[in-house]
Amino acid sequence: MNISWYIVLSALLFTIGAIGILIRRSPMVILLCLELMLNAANLALVAFSREVGNAQGQVFALVVMVIAACEVVVGLGLIVAIFRRKLPLDVDDLRELRG
Amino acid sequence: MEAVLFFLAAIGATGGAIGVVALRNPFYSVLALVAHLFSLAVLFLLLTSAFVAAAQVVVYAGAVMVLYVFVVAYVGSDHEPMLDPIPGQRLFAGLLAFFLFVEVSAAVLSSALKALGTHGPDVPAGFGDPAAIGTLLLEKFLLPFEASSILLLIAAVGAIVLASRKRNGEAGGDQRNGRQVGAQTPSVGAPR
Repeated sequence: MNISWYIVLSALLFTIGAIGILIRRSPMVILLCLELMLNAANLALVAFSREVGNAQGQVFALVVMVIAACEVVVGLGLIVAIFRRKLPLDVDDLRELRG
Repeated sequence: MEAVLFFLAAIGATGGAIGVVALRNPFYSVLALVAHLFSLAVLFLLLTSAFVAAAQVVVYAGAVMVLYVFVVAYVGSDHEPMLDPIPGQRLFAGLLAFFLFVEVSAAVLSSALKALGTHGPDVPAGFGDPAAIGTLLLEKFLLPFEASSILLLIAAVGAIVLASRKRNGEAGGDQRNGRQVGAQTPSVGAPR
């Protein structure tokens, strides 16, 4: 398979994640869509790494995975904190970032 | 054979992604994301990056998704309203996403990267296996490796601090936390 197939698939997955962030309202699903976009970027990184025949791009993909794990941990902590305070889990109702 | 595997994995990845966006129940969205991640691992294997594929399955589908499942089970799956509160939001989101896709694809496919139309150069047998990636991580990328470990530690501590604040307030720090909670609950009103 040509590398460009992988790149176009990565663009498609990134676009689907962007749609999800634009139309969904639950913060949890928005986090999931962020994961989709990060994974699309990972696929592009690994495909480019294969294209130049150099494994350094795969190290980039691993670092992106670490960043995604950190983002998930902090995001889910925020969601649990919001839930404990009995605030609505809806990004339209969460207008104030205070306390 | 490779083309068949690629298209199967691509269909799985795209279907999983659409499932994440379209399913109403967050629990099913998480399961769709697990399917998506397994398909991506197959794609990584096709690109001869065995270690990234293994890390994808073990770390993502194994650990991160379990965390998601626990939080969804804890928070409960609220159903979102079907109608969009902002009129025409879906239409504009779809249009914007379509243009984004066209733009990214055009930018990549019209680039001067000649090797994009090929399968890539021939690589040695150990390309992308754990030994090669480990050598790179511990020799060339040692500083980013250590920095990412510190980042993970900070994120874990931050998550504990974020998620446990309310429980401290209930355990006896009510006076200390009272002003904060009291000032904030009336502004929310209805959900209580």
